[in-house]
Amino acid sequence: MKSSLEKSRRRRTAGTYVFFIIGSIIMIFPFVWMFLTSFKSVEESMLIPPTILPQEWQGKNYSDAMASLPFLALYKNTILMIVWRVVCAVVFSSMAGYAFAKLNFKGKGVLFSLVLIQMMLPSQIFITPQYQMLAKLGLTNTVFALVFPGIVSAFGTFFLRQAYMGIPNEIAEAAYLDGCTQWQTFYKVMAPLTKASMAALAVFTAVFAYGDLMWPLIVNTDLNMMTLSSGLATLRGQFSTNFPVMMAGSLLAMIPMVVLYLFFQKQFIEGVAMTGGK
Amino acid sequence: MASVQLKNVCKKYPNGYEAVKDFNLDIEDKEFIIFVGPSGCGKSTTLRMVAGLEDISSGELIIDGKVVNDVEPKDRDIAMVFQSYALYPHMTVYDNMAFSLKLKKTPKAEIDKAVREAARILDLEALLDRKPRALSGGQRQRVAMGRAIVRNPKVFLMDEPLSNLDAKLRGQMRVEISKLHQRLGSTIIYVTHDQTEAMTLGTRIVVMKDGIVQQIDTPENLYNHPCNKFVAGFIGSPQMNMITADAVAEGDDVVLKFAGQSITLDETRAKVLKDGGYVGKQVTMGIRPEDIHQDEAALKKFEKAQFTAEVRVYEMLGSTALVYFDMEDAGWVASVDAGLKVSAGDTVKLAMDASKIHIFDHQTEKTIIN
Repeated sequence: MKSSLEKSRRRRTAGTYVFFIIGSIIMIFPFVWMFLTSFKSVEESMLIPPTILPQEWQGKNYSDAMASLPFLALYKNTILMIVWRVVCAVVFSSMAGYAFAKLNFKGKGVLFSLVLIQMMLPSQIFITPQYQMLAKLGLTNTVFALVFPGIVSAFGTFFLRQAYMGIPNEIAEAAYLDGCTQWQTFYKVMAPLTKASMAALAVFTAVFAYGDLMWPLIVNTDLNMMTLSSGLATLRGQFSTNFPVMMAGSLLAMIPMVVLYLFFQKQFIEGVAMTGGK
Repeated sequence: MASVQLKNVCKKYPNGYEAVKDFNLDIEDKEFIIFVGPSGCGKSTTLRMVAGLEDISSGELIIDGKVVNDVEPKDRDIAMVFQSYALYPHMTVYDNMAFSLKLKKTPKAEIDKAVREAARILDLEALLDRKPRALSGGQRQRVAMGRAIVRNPKVFLMDEPLSNLDAKLRGQMRVEISKLHQRLGSTIIYVTHDQTEAMTLGTRIVVMKDGIVQQIDTPENLYNHPCNKFVAGFIGSPQMNMITADAVAEGDDVVLKFAGQSITLDETRAKVLKDGGYVGKQVTMGIRPEDIHQDEAALKKFEKAQFTAEVRVYEMLGSTALVYFDMEDAGWVASVDAGLKVSAGDTVKLAMDASKIHIFDHQTEKTIIN
C-alpha cells in the first residue's frame, strides 16, 4: 500500500517537474536565441534552416551596436526617466491613495470614480493631448517630456489606496491621539506601513517605464534624448535589419534592468506576488 | 489625574441615527468607571467622544474643569488603549512607547526615563527592542498600556482592551490593570461588554442600552438593586431568571402565579405590591440562579416559595452545579450545591429565597422592589 502511494506521489512530482521545465524552456528560449544571434553574422542569422550555435562567434556586433547608438546618453535618459517616474508615482500615488482611503472630504466618491475611469481608458488616447501640451510648452526632446505621463498614476493611486484601506483606522487614531498632525500621521505612521506596496508599485512603474516605446519615440526625436527602447527601434531599417547588431544592442539595453533586478530581487518577487501579476 | 464630566452629551450622525442620548456623568478623580452594555449601545462612541475621535453633537465634555468639546485630542491630555492595541508595526516596543513624547519634543533623557519606568512597571524591559509582530497577545496588550502610561495622562481611556486575549490571559491582565490603577492612582474610563471585567474592575459601572444610560452605580448595587429589567438581566452570569407572573391576593398574602406554580411573597414585597396597586395585575418576577436552592434546609425555610421543575441539562462546575430547566417558554437556571446528583429528565423540587425575589413593572420594566 505504502509503496504504491509512494510511486503515485513520485509520478505526480515528476509530472510537475516536467511541466515546469518545459514552461521554463519556453520562457527562456527567446532570450537564449537573442544571445546566440548577437554573436552570429548577418547571413547566418537569416539562414534557413537556422543554426543554433554561431558558426563563428562575432564579438564585433557589440562594438557595431555601441558605435551606431549613443549608449551613454540612452542609459542616462532611461535611468532618469525611470527614477523620476518611480519617485513621482510612489510619492503622489501614496498621498492620493491615503486621501482616498483614510480622509473624508466632499466629492471623494466622484474624484475616485475619475481615477477608476482613467484606468479603464486605453493610454493611447492621452498621447495626443499630452504631446500637444509639451509641444506648446516647448518641452519636447527633454527628460521632463519622458517623465511627464508618469507624474501621476491612476493605477498607483488605486493600488496604494487598497494598501491603506488594509491598515486599521485605529492605528491612525492612535497616532492622532499621540499628537500627530494629519501630515505626520501620514508620513510617520501610515506611509511606512505600505512600504511593501510602494516597493511593488516602484517595480512595476520601473518595468513599464523601461519598456515604454511609443511615448519616448513620439516625444523625443533627437537620438541623444531617446531612451534605450526608442533608440533601439531606430536600428530597424526600412528595407533590411541587421539582426545580430540589434540583438547585441538589445542585450546591452537590458543591463540596467538586470542590475535593478539583482538589487531588488526580493521586491520584484513580492511585488509580482502582491499584485497577482504572475 | 483629573475629574471628567459629561453633561447632556448626545451623538447624532448625519443620517439621523442617535448613537448616544443625553449622557450625564460625573467622574471623580481616581475613579475607575466602566461603560458596559450590549453591542451598539453607544459605549464605545461615548468613549471616542471623550477621546476627541468623534465630535460631540450637543452637550458638554469637561475635563478638569475645562470644556474640551473643541479641543484637539492631543491637547486633552488623555491616553487611549485600543481593542486591537493599535501598535505601530514598523516601530520597536521602545519607539512605540516613546512616540508621543518624541512628538512633544521631550528631551531624550526624559523620554528614556519614562519609557524604562513604564517598561519596568509592565515587565517589558526585555522586549524593548522587539517589533510588535514578535510579541504575544498579552505582551502587545502590555505595550499598549505602556504607551498610555509614558504620557502620564490625566485620564486613561480603554476600549475593550482585553477582548482579544484568551480567557486565562484575560483573567491575569484584569488583575494587572487593577493593580495598575491602584499604583498610578489614575482616572480610568473602561469600555467592555464583559460583565466580569465590569464587576471586578469598576468603582462604578455605567450600564447603557440603545444610547441611553440605564443605571450608574457600584457593582454591588447594580447586582443587588438593578433599576430595571434590562440591568437585572444584563448584570450577572448566569443571568437572572425572569418570568411574567400574576400578582394575586390570597387573604393577607400576595401570591405570584406563573407556569402552574405559586410563590407566596414575603411581607415587605407583598406590601409594596399592594401599595403600588399591582395586585390583580401582571408583573415580571426575577430571581438570580444562586437564590434558587435545593437542599433540605432551604426547602423548609422557603416552604412558601417552592416549585418543581424538570431538569433539561445538568452542568457540574466543581463546587457548584448548574441545573437548567424550562419555566413555560423561558429557560431558567439554578446554581445549586454540587452534591445534588440529578440527570436530564429528572423532576426536582426547588425553592426560591423569597427575600431575594426581584419584581418589575410589566409595562415600564422598571423595578418595583428588589
